[in-house]
Amino acid sequence: MTTRIDTRFAELKKQGRAAFVTYVMAGDPDPATSLEIVKALSKSGSDVIELGIPFTDPMADGPSIQAAGLRALKVGMTLKKTLDLVRGFRKDDNVTPLVLMGYYNPIYIYGVDKFLADAKTAGVDGLIIVDLPPEEDDELCIPALKAGLNFIRLATPTTDDKRLPAVLANTSGFVYYVSIAGITGAAAADANAVGEAVARIKRHTKLPICVGFGIRTPEAARAIAEKADGSVVGTALVDALKNSLDSEGRATAKTVNAVAELTAALAQGVKGAQQAAE
Amino acid sequence: MNIAKPNSYRSGPDERGHFGIFGGRFVAETLMPLILDLEKAYTEAKADPAFQAEMNGYLKNYVGRPSPLYFAERLTEHLGGAKIYLKREELNHTGSHKVNNVLGQIMLARRMGKKRIIAETGAGQHGVATATLCARFGLDCVVYMGAVDVERQQPNVIRMEMLGAKVVPVQSGTRTLKDAMNEALRDWVTNVHDTFYCIGTVAGPHPYPMLVRDFQSIIGNETKVQMQEVEGRLPDSLVACIGGGSNAMGLFHPFLDDSTVEIFGVEAAGHGLTQLHAASIAGGRPGVLHGNRTYLLMDADGQIQDAHSISAGLDYPGIGPEHSWLHEIGRVNYLSATDDEALAAFQLLSKLEGIIPALEPAHAIAKVMELAPKRPRDHLMVVNLSGRGDKDVPQVGDILRGKSK
Repeated sequence: MTTRIDTRFAELKKQGRAAFVTYVMAGDPDPATSLEIVKALSKSGSDVIELGIPFTDPMADGPSIQAAGLRALKVGMTLKKTLDLVRGFRKDDNVTPLVLMGYYNPIYIYGVDKFLADAKTAGVDGLIIVDLPPEEDDELCIPALKAGLNFIRLATPTTDDKRLPAVLANTSGFVYYVSIAGITGAAAADANAVGEAVARIKRHTKLPICVGFGIRTPEAARAIAEKADGSVVGTALVDALKNSLDSEGRATAKTVNAVAELTAALAQGVKGAQQAAE
Repeated sequence: MNIAKPNSYRSGPDERGHFGIFGGRFVAETLMPLILDLEKAYTEAKADPAFQAEMNGYLKNYVGRPSPLYFAERLTEHLGGAKIYLKREELNHTGSHKVNNVLGQIMLARRMGKKRIIAETGAGQHGVATATLCARFGLDCVVYMGAVDVERQQPNVIRMEMLGAKVVPVQSGTRTLKDAMNEALRDWVTNVHDTFYCIGTVAGPHPYPMLVRDFQSIIGNETKVQMQEVEGRLPDSLVACIGGGSNAMGLFHPFLDDSTVEIFGVEAAGHGLTQLHAASIAGGRPGVLHGNRTYLLMDADGQIQDAHSISAGLDYPGIGPEHSWLHEIGRVNYLSATDDEALAAFQLLSKLEGIIPALEPAHAIAKVMELAPKRPRDHLMVVNLSGRGDKDVPQVGDILRGKSK
């Protein structure tokens, strides 16, 4: 099975550079604007797009992404509409990898088999489900792999060498290394510590390793891209989006551009990185 | 759903934390090593006689156990049916059953070398118990409490602060118990190295539902012995209120395999089951939240809905996973009582027995008012009086004065 994710990382490896991975919340601040934002991400240099599935109780997210989810839910965003959004994106772009990221309950309620079939058809390439550790692989991970979707696992500073093989066992696409113990939008990790962690994980897997949590600026994205196979930025983009909204939380003429401009600047940062020799 | 009856109702959970399809470990990877450590520490502690002996000492001399099993003579006469006994958990130090579990978890935290304790609280009873034991053992204590609950349970907020705890009002989501739990989980995921999360009910990821149940089972174990002493036999029925369900599980669990004992859990029906309520089994379906699969209140998209109850301690859109299982296999009957029914029961017990119950067990009393008259006079009914009503006096006073005007 080769997904758009595998293809994209193979290309980037040939080019000798790290991936720039972006995250936004589906339906934030409304479904139509959200689709334009996702299109703008790929046009502004995002190599991989993570699209958040809104959920009322995002236990691993900080205030920015919590608020983004609530904005989306307030305008009626659902998992079904999130898949519609993916379908809309795929009309123009059939190469940029797209990963859905969120919590298990909306998928469980949608129905796992139906969700996997619909997600695959819509053009989803992978899933990052925060509250499904390897201990719960039977729930969604194994069925997702069978359905031809990547299941991207989070590895964290608390995932020690003894546990890493279990975490990596059914992981595909890439590994998402959460650089700090904490929630999204928290303090940044030290690039050297990240480098050591990436090296440690590399001893256990050949998969690309992308690093996220706490990366907000082009300089930080670049520093991480020098240590890993990809830099992930989420909260900073969500904040740029939020700062462009009117006082009622609605999109303005500036909204799509605000996200696009920051994306372009961050992409420049990542592209300027000197990749560490393998 | 057609489910085969197990040989024992008391053998769960399995090694992966499942009660039937319920339970599990639905947590972020950052927390997974921590809950595995906790499970290991608990297994070791359980096998260590010194751990149990030390705990028994505190249960007796600090908590004040055993709590009495009291024959409520006037309530019995008034209702004219079953003989009603109250298990007096409200007489425990800190005023509720919560202390049983907190003592156990704090002793585990000490064994594990953790210096900082976090907790979520709804009514504040779990927060007060946690703050109390942290004071007793010199541990840092942070309690997350929904901003709405901070308002309606002021006496408990003041108590926690007097005990040296930091109370953090949670402004996210619906600003009640579920959001307090989200915020506690966010704290835990951030402070993994020194922090112990002391969960207040039989919910959350495995092993919490199991270990909280085990620490609370002292309620049912004592009841069994006490009833044998006064009546020479088992009770015929048990009644307890349910938010997450720890006081109910503590009373029920030791009796699950005694097939003659009828068991009733009482959820909070708020304004009524067709309106805003907190009855997850009556009005919800299985979903995944806060680390476990269980009955939840949610919409068609799997978004968690707001719960409502007059009682902050029951104002939660979920229920412990073992209760969901006991419901599906039909061992426990789950009923519900509205805000108004609970208020009426609150007043009745106060006036007839001179015992002001917390609003939470007032829900259980409300169903006793329906169940007891339909049963014969030799029927022995035990109600878990899980907490005292001091914390609710200002809130209920306002409501009653508003109504009488």
